[in-house]
Amino acid sequence: MHELSVTEGLIKIVVEEAKIRNIQKVSRINLVIGELNSIIDESVQFYYDILSKGTAAAGAVLSFKKIAPEFSCRSCGSIFERQSHAFICPQCGGKGVIASKGQEFYIESIEVETDEN
Amino acid sequence: MKIDVRRNILEANQGLAQENVAFFKKNNVLVVNIMAAPGAGKTSTILKSIEMLRDKIRFLVIEGDIASRIDAEKMENRGIPVVQINTGHMCHLDANMIKGVLDRFEYGQRSILFIENVGNLVCPAEFSLGEDLNVVISSVPEGHDKPFKYPSIYLNADAVILNKMDTMGVIDFDKSLYYEGLSALNSDLPVFEVSCKTGKGFQDWTEWLLDKYVEKFPHHVV
Repeated sequence: MHELSVTEGLIKIVVEEAKIRNIQKVSRINLVIGELNSIIDESVQFYYDILSKGTAAAGAVLSFKKIAPEFSCRSCGSIFERQSHAFICPQCGGKGVIASKGQEFYIESIEVETDEN
Repeated sequence: MKIDVRRNILEANQGLAQENVAFFKKNNVLVVNIMAAPGAGKTSTILKSIEMLRDKIRFLVIEGDIASRIDAEKMENRGIPVVQINTGHMCHLDANMIKGVLDRFEYGQRSILFIENVGNLVCPAEFSLGEDLNVVISSVPEGHDKPFKYPSIYLNADAVILNKMDTMGVIDFDKSLYYEGLSALNSDLPVFEVSCKTGKGFQDWTEWLLDKYVEKFPHHVV
């Protein structure tokens, strides 16, 4: 539901990066988003297309690399992604505790079309 | 051509939140961001906590709602300094909104500021306000499955209040499953089981809160 705020922040950064590098047109933006951030990709792209009009970021394609949170099993220690309603280990049925990932929320890179490619 | 950027998308909000942190520190304010679903009892919990502690410390309240001044009026009726923020279409408060109303309070005395976020278990989790403590209020009628359905709000919580404990007998709430969900996400999370209706559990919660003030400002006697 907060995609509008997120998109505003995103465009501000991309426009800033384009300006300091004297880039006229950004063609692609690579984002890394943890799934615990509850962002709907289509909704971000929707706002993006409207809000980026008239900027160096206009028309860029947004690429979302989604990172699933990982849990570690308290019983057998294996690392797993959530499979079910509860955070239960698929190996042994033990209880999982969140280990890492899933809260990433950054712009990894931007891409620019150049004569060479 | 690919250019590395590596910048947090919400960096602007985080920068403003840090400015708020510095402001609150300078002005002897402990800031508590209260997050919960609509109807969990955020306003009632704030009112009850203030009632318990108002002889010991001053309170300030920021109310965040999509619309209306209903909650702010409840505070005003009890003489509590309050600012209402209506977010319009926005599902959460952000650091800029908080920064924009800071000059509406008077400072000087030691204070606890409750920020009642917009009722929502998703979006508020992602926007720092400059708070010292993130407190999530759950309520028994919401059901025991919320940690499994809305994990992110519990990940960065400093405490959870489980409200409406007086309804435990009539609501089908699996307490052990609820606690299992919480501990999977945030193992050291203190949980306070309370009832705004009966006042049960408020002693422990308010003592904890006051301790947090002393931890932040150890030179102040509360």
